[in-house]
Amino acid sequence: MQMQTDLLQEARRQAEICNACRYCEGYCSVFPALHAERAFSDGDLTQLANLCHNCRGCYYACQYTAPHEFDLNLPQALANVRQDSWEELAFPRAAGKAFQKNGVLIAVATVIGFALLFWAARALASGGGVGFYAVLSHNAMVAIFLPAFLFPLVSIAVSLRRYWRHIGAGPFRPAHLIEALRQAANMKNLKGGHGDGCNFEDEDRFTHARRAVHQAVMYGFLLCFAATSTATVMHYIFDMPAPYGLFSLPKLLGLSGGILLVVGCFEMIRLKLRSDRKLGAAGAFGGEVAFIGLLGFTGFSGLALYALGQTSVMPVLLAIHLGAVLTFFLFTPFTKMAHGFYRLTALTADAGRSR
Amino acid sequence: MTSPDIAIIGGGNAALCAAITAAEAGARVLILETAPKPYRGGNSRHTRNFRCMHHGPLGPLVDSYTEEEYLADLMKVTGGKTDEGLARLAIRTSEECLPWMEEHGVRFQPSLSGTLSLARTNAFFLGGGKSLVNAYYLTAGKLGVQVEYEAAVTHLELDDDRVTRIDYTQNGQTHTITPKAVVVASGGFQADTDWLARAWGPAAKNFLIRGTPYNRGVVLADLLDQGIEQVGDPTQCHAVAIDGRAPKFDGGIVTRLDCVPFSIVVNKDAQRFYDEGEDVWPKRYAIWGRLVAAQPDQVGYVIIDAKSLELFMPSVFPPIKADTLEELADQMGLPADALVQTVTEFNKSCGDTSGFHPTELDGVTTTGLTPPKTNWARPITEPPFYGYSLRTGVTFTYLGLKVDETAQCAIGNRPVTNLWAAGETMAGSILGQGYLAGFGMTIGTVFGRIAGKEAAAHANAN
Ligand SMILES: Cc1cc2nc3c(=O)[nH]c(=O)nc-3n(C[C@H](O)[C@H](O)[C@H](O)COP(=O)(O)OP(=O)(O)OC[C@H]3O[C@@H](n4cnc5c(N)ncnc54)[C@H](O)[C@@H]3O)c2cc1C
Ligand code: SF4
Ligand code: SF4
Repeated sequence: MQMQTDLLQEARRQAEICNACRYCEGYCSVFPALHAERAFSDGDLTQLANLCHNCRGCYYACQYTAPHEFDLNLPQALANVRQDSWEELAFPRAAGKAFQKNGVLIAVATVIGFALLFWAARALASGGGVGFYAVLSHNAMVAIFLPAFLFPLVSIAVSLRRYWRHIGAGPFRPAHLIEALRQAANMKNLKGGHGDGCNFEDEDRFTHARRAVHQAVMYGFLLCFAATSTATVMHYIFDMPAPYGLFSLPKLLGLSGGILLVVGCFEMIRLKLRSDRKLGAAGAFGGEVAFIGLLGFTGFSGLALYALGQTSVMPVLLAIHLGAVLTFFLFTPFTKMAHGFYRLTALTADAGRSR
Repeated sequence: MTSPDIAIIGGGNAALCAAITAAEAGARVLILETAPKPYRGGNSRHTRNFRCMHHGPLGPLVDSYTEEEYLADLMKVTGGKTDEGLARLAIRTSEECLPWMEEHGVRFQPSLSGTLSLARTNAFFLGGGKSLVNAYYLTAGKLGVQVEYEAAVTHLELDDDRVTRIDYTQNGQTHTITPKAVVVASGGFQADTDWLARAWGPAAKNFLIRGTPYNRGVVLADLLDQGIEQVGDPTQCHAVAIDGRAPKFDGGIVTRLDCVPFSIVVNKDAQRFYDEGEDVWPKRYAIWGRLVAAQPDQVGYVIIDAKSLELFMPSVFPPIKADTLEELADQMGLPADALVQTVTEFNKSCGDTSGFHPTELDGVTTTGLTPPKTNWARPITEPPFYGYSLRTGVTFTYLGLKVDETAQCAIGNRPVTNLWAAGETMAGSILGQGYLAGFGMTIGTVFGRIAGKEAAAHANAN
């Protein structure tokens, strides 16, 4: 794989300065890993970049930021390498290159997703199911979504394997994954090392806003995902097909998850708009915002479908919602969504390093 | 602008501690900081810890560090040239500073990797001094303290024993304010290399200034010229040997070089001049600033070989590297024959190196060599060879304003009724010479708070 040498070289230059300084050691897991090396290979830098979650604590704390000639901006240098690694490690690579940074393309793809579903609803119109299945038969849904679900899983598995090799991590140990999951579950690093949160939307003021919003998005997404999973289990194992009532598990999970997701995505975009773009990856802003928009929209259309499911607009809403879900799934490996997988892998590798 | 109750000159640690304390006492406070906002915070932005007395574990600090031990450490490094009364005041008060700092936004972290020896005595700021400064500016802002950046104070008008007026320039305009009380916290004069050269001779032009370019001693000179009591002499300063490639100003911590104990150090004639292995580096690095300053062209050259490269903390500039000593000499601009001869002689006088231990005084010494190398003396034989140049890096100067235990300045034998000083600009009142790591921030915090309290009391009463 061929990551951009200028981005790596700039990250290396900055990492060497940090290694001589070490003042930021307590902020996050990047610094202890950084201070364990004397020289930084491309793989080392990629791993550091994926350990960084762009909290910006180390930027505002740094005595060497511009106009100082050392021109430190570690959050940006690492974001650039991280972004580049997601593009280069993507499988297929061309898709990563095309979509990661391109908000317009993500939006276009979403619209194509809608169109596809409209077409499917027409062409494969079901013969007599109830509720949603009246619009698109259960089998048609499975035919579309099973591959759309499996493809990203395979793609990400390939990417993570490439990542693991690239960073030269040792053998995989489940205990390290558990440690990584534990850290991710409470977003330990987003607390900023001191528990005051991170610097993001308001210069050097520490707040918990980003952590709270990210939690909302993550748990919102997981709840929605759990809703779909429980519905699948109920459908196949307990022979209880949709539609489900309000107090059924899929509905309760989906409703709470949907609300969390919509609010979280909305707030995340607001925070991003207030943040200083010079501390993020160059050119990635549009792609990130478009992705969060898509994620939030997926939640929103799901809620709309729930609210208006008994009305005549239901078929349209269903196509829109399923179109959004489809795009979201297919694009998981090639959008910001991939970061969760890389980050978990990076934390797992780091747990291995620090043992 | 309507004049504030209290004007604070400077925008570093001492100034901020004074401003916060005064504002909490109800005074209207104005900070005049000559630096632009990105460079606010003077030398304080470069710091990493402060030295703190404590009984039992406190914050990030382990065990205990008593007043007597702290004072003994101070006496040792200053050779007894210490004002014991003020030193004890600073030491004793340091313990209550730590929780005060936390309350006002400062966060601490465990002692940094590579600095374990300080885990008991020095509390490290999470993110370093700039994050401390940022936290204090936020706190001060919440308390209503007003801050003017790029506001260079040029003159304090004295009427007998009172400051009546402050002049400062900002954006090319001159402003005058008439506060009730004034705190000077504008640091030493080290960034004015002409002043340094007047004291040290022309050699000082080759010194590098480790911290802010803004501490030029303008206010200090203005006050001393008007007869405010002075302390210390202009040659006394904290100076260390740093990488010769460091920028002239503001290079900060990353230009530090920790490799001297594992090296030989030569001057530009490729001659050794001091025992590189006299003691562990944290106890010796401060004397090397002066040692290098005394060499021709104020420059030194560190030579190590491959086996020592990984024994010290990496520094910001990579070493110069060569496969032979001759080549290394060429690259570093040293006379090759002389360097080879010096190394050969050194190597011959090395003995049994089996007891070599990089982190302890190992007694692995040279015999029959002048000057000797009394620890870590291993022959320099294994290519590639590495070299660094060394220059004198001035941290801060000690010549300053003499203050009493209320941080108040004096003229003749009388106090100036509305003038206080804190931090680097009065550190000479405590330190006559030498320096103890982390004491600068202790002095600034302790006396900044005292100055803020006293100034507020004065302003509130008048
Ligand atoms: C690289 C480096 C590392 C250090 N590390 C440590 C450490 O770890 N621990 C420690 O205790 N000490 C350390 N020190 C020493 C420490 O920085 C000082 O002792 C301490 O910061 C002094 O604080 P201060 O507020 O008095 O001065 P400063 O922080 O230097 O503040 C002086 C302020 O005055 C302003 N100023 C100057 N002239 C004018 C004027 N005419 N008008 C208006 N404003 C003016 C400056 O811009 C500046 O804001 C270090 C120093 C350096 C250079
Ligand atoms: S970001 Fe700046 S302050 Fe933090 S470790 Fe790196 S060089 Fe030091
Ligand atoms: S931006 Fe935050 S997470 Fe990234 S290196 Fe800096 S402190 Fe660590």
